Amino acid sequence: MKYLSWAYLVALFGFILLPVVTLVIFSFQDGRLPVPPFKGVTFEWYAEILTDRAMMEALGNSLIVALLSSLVALTLGFLAASGLARVVLPGSVVMRGLLIAPMTVSYLIIALGLLQMFNKVGIRPSLLATGIGHVVINLPLCFAILYAAIGEHQKSALKAARDLGAREWQVLWFVAAPMLTPALAAAFFLAFTFSWDEFIIAFLLTRFDVTLPVEIWSMLRSGLSPATNAVGSLVFLVSVIVVVALELTLFRKGSK
Amino acid sequence: MSIEKQEKRQGATLVAPALLWTLGFFVIPFAAMVMMSLAHLEGREIVQGHDLGNYLRIFTDPSLRRGIFVSLEITAVVTVISVLLAWPLAWIIATRVPARWRRMALLLAVLPFWTSYVVRSYSWALVLGEKGVVMNALVGLGLLAEPVQIMATRSATIIGFVHFFVMLLTLTIYSNLIQLSPNYARAAEDLGASKWQVIRLVILPLTLPGVMTGAFLTFVLCIGDYITPQILGGNNELTLPQLIMLQLGRRGDFPMASALSVVLMVIVTLAYAACARWLKMERV
Repeated sequence: MKYLSWAYLVALFGFILLPVVTLVIFSFQDGRLPVPPFKGVTFEWYAEILTDRAMMEALGNSLIVALLSSLVALTLGFLAASGLARVVLPGSVVMRGLLIAPMTVSYLIIALGLLQMFNKVGIRPSLLATGIGHVVINLPLCFAILYAAIGEHQKSALKAARDLGAREWQVLWFVAAPMLTPALAAAFFLAFTFSWDEFIIAFLLTRFDVTLPVEIWSMLRSGLSPATNAVGSLVFLVSVIVVVALELTLFRKGSK
Repeated sequence: MSIEKQEKRQGATLVAPALLWTLGFFVIPFAAMVMMSLAHLEGREIVQGHDLGNYLRIFTDPSLRRGIFVSLEITAVVTVISVLLAWPLAWIIATRVPARWRRMALLLAVLPFWTSYVVRSYSWALVLGEKGVVMNALVGLGLLAEPVQIMATRSATIIGFVHFFVMLLTLTIYSNLIQLSPNYARAAEDLGASKWQVIRLVILPLTLPGVMTGAFLTFVLCIGDYITPQILGGNNELTLPQLIMLQLGRRGDFPMASALSVVLMVIVTLAYAACARWLKMERV
């Protein structure tokens, strides 16, 4: 049983890590094709990517869209969660259901609906349109995380602040936000990652200025290339650094 | 104004922005899409109508109907294989790996989760290609006389999907396992159950909620995904999302794309209904 367990562990880890390891190794390929045999190490492809203007613009666009859309989703989700946690409104259950609903719908359908509506009202495919779509997919997530984080303890603290004469914005800004910092950070981080990596909405709702996944997608059309490996490895590296950093700081603290 | 009324008004004010956003950018577009699915294309003009012609075509046109079956088949196979592979992995990490290495092992097991989704599919294209590492190794070791075509077939799509969902399911099942009190297993052992019986009769049923949640997530994400089948599966057989994108791209057939999306929606809703009922029965 013991050896079987370890063998299984190793086999599955091999399966899980195989594509990523291959991706990274062949990003250094000294040749035109990222397939065996490995011909030696070169940084040429990384240099090519980092000096590629379209790629760098797409990277910038992705950062802006991810940052702004997650901030909007976080703000809307935060306000809604504190509102619904505060009083029982008529139709509270329906409202919660409505706010969560987009989570169960595939991104393609959300993108298609928005594309049609934007076409009708004359909003052109753009980063703004994409950002709006990303708020739609991330708002349920932010709302759900924050709503779950507001427990009885938080509710009574908010009530106390109100009873002591704090204005609504003061309650939210000085009491609710600091108390919910871990949840706010987690929600923001998740929303940012989802927006950063989202493809289909960005693909349908952008035209000239595109985000990084769309730019990578158009790279794929020209077939396998070590340059694509290099982009992929860089994106991977950045995500791993962020995840490890979070693991070491935020979540470690949060779990204590 | 009474305090209670004032409270309610302030609460409503706080919820309003999020509700309006959801209404304007989710509910209305969705309703518009359902309306659009009742229209049809004449030449390049969209003619608004109120007939079910598109739906009729989906279920009579062999290439469209086939898309539904291809999607369902792939999704079912992926869900089953992923659960079967992920459960033992989660269990081994939760019970066999020493406690201090556990988080490390889990982090490693879901590491590729953090690469970009598009890049992950591309990596599999790299690995599974005719000249890729897998074929190279198999031929090199003499296990295969010559490379077998995997890329641009259903197998490649399934492998790519399974890779992603094994990670997802390992996470959900692991979090389920780690919450179980070790007393259940101990009690069963004291009562004379063998190791295998403990797993099969005690641990496995207790993880069903986690498994079902993960399986449902897998189903929903898998059946709605365009990237993996497009990159790995090629164009020999098309899944529902691929068909939707094809309608948009080729001739801007928004009505048909919308009708197919509604069908996709209905399938997901049915799956949810099936899972929810099943889970409730489990609880009783």
